[in-house]
Amino acid sequence: MELISLTPFTLALAAGLVLLLGLLSLKLQLGLERRLLIAAVRSVVQLTLLGLVLKTLFEQSSLWSVMALAIFMLSVAGYEVMARQKRRFRGFWGIGVGTLSMFISSFSITLISLHFIIQVDPWYTPQYLIPLLGMLLGNTMSGIAISLDSLTHNAWQQRRAIEARLMLGHSWNQAINEIRRDALRAGLIPIINAMAAAGVVSLPGMMTGQILAGSPPLEAAKYQILILLLIAAGTGFGAITATMMGSRRLFDQRQRLRLERLSIKSH
Amino acid sequence: MTRLTLHQFQTDLLQPFDLQLNAGDCFTLSGSSGCGKSMLFRAIADLDPHQGEMRLDDQLSTQIPAPQWRQQVGLLPAESGWWADEVGQHFNNPDLALLAALGFAPEVLQWPVDRLSSGERQRLSLARLLGNRPKVLLLDEPTANLDGENSLRVEQVITEYQATHHSATLWISHDPVQQRRIGNRHLVISDGTVRWS
Repeated sequence: MELISLTPFTLALAAGLVLLLGLLSLKLQLGLERRLLIAAVRSVVQLTLLGLVLKTLFEQSSLWSVMALAIFMLSVAGYEVMARQKRRFRGFWGIGVGTLSMFISSFSITLISLHFIIQVDPWYTPQYLIPLLGMLLGNTMSGIAISLDSLTHNAWQQRRAIEARLMLGHSWNQAINEIRRDALRAGLIPIINAMAAAGVVSLPGMMTGQILAGSPPLEAAKYQILILLLIAAGTGFGAITATMMGSRRLFDQRQRLRLERLSIKSH
Repeated sequence: MTRLTLHQFQTDLLQPFDLQLNAGDCFTLSGSSGCGKSMLFRAIADLDPHQGEMRLDDQLSTQIPAPQWRQQVGLLPAESGWWADEVGQHFNNPDLALLAALGFAPEVLQWPVDRLSSGERQRLSLARLLGNRPKVLLLDEPTANLDGENSLRVEQVITEYQATHHSATLWISHDPVQQRRIGNRHLVISDGTVRWS
């Protein structure tokens, strides 16, 4: 089966549906129309640009341009994690905790799977590296953002309980342990649910795409399984790294709870 | 013998001052609200940053791991924190005699924390703190939410603890009658300075 190319006209039809939704939002006074339109326009622009960038990248296939794009994707994901925090760490740590944990989890897992699992040659073949990294970053990003948000939110809410433990001579690690565990759990539940529902309730996006592009369903399923497993591992390792770093940063070297290291989002 | 020494000790709200507290001492501390009494206690328990030196029995606070310092310099805050559902989960090995002296039957350990009154919380958090056998007690209005009878109970428990364990106490109290009853010296904070009254 040949891939049916989409024309600007077909995309305009889909855009018309979103526009209709915007009008409805206006009529129902949901107040979402502005954000909906901006987000829709962003996705059109960003994806078109990505398509163009990937096109050139696939033609060149040079290590440096692939790395540059990978680092750009990582920084955007790091910024996105920070932007989703209601209470974020001040200074470098605000963007640092999320970016570093995604670097550790997503980057290393992408490299391991390219080199050892899929065995692409060369390992930086953009056709494999970029989509794989993108899927991993996009998903670990949500998990890490949820975990960090839960960690800082609950540390703030339960500061009196945390300090009560410190006053009684508990270590910082004991005092934050349950909050950190809950934060990790919150970050991991979406991917666990996604794995459990995959193929029964939802048809995952990547598999859908491969099938639409004409791949045999079983090949598409195998790639989807690989991706889901990698995402689960990446989200888990990333969230663990982020909550470890984040919880340590909430205390100073004398194990005092330093909530002034968090700033609150103004809106 | 227990000795807490503060040398050129300074917090955000207070000028540097020196203070020495020996075993058996009970100093009361008063001052208008917002003058920095509670902040001073938090700093002495090493929960807030401070300037100057603190020593317990000639050992600098910075040479002792923070959890160990806080076990020995026990702070009872004005409002206690609870992290588990049941009272008993907050005690390592509950001292039933102590609980009885504070007016509680052993069943209190099964009570849910949510249902405690503020007075009950205050007395139970004292029992929890004394279970650590601190050498120095920093008590932030420990009888603020208590009726007359329970206030006297708490005072008696603390006096007895002090006598048995040769501890030293700093006690924030606004009641002049209570100050005379429990304290051997009285400190006042005003305009950022700590003075003898």
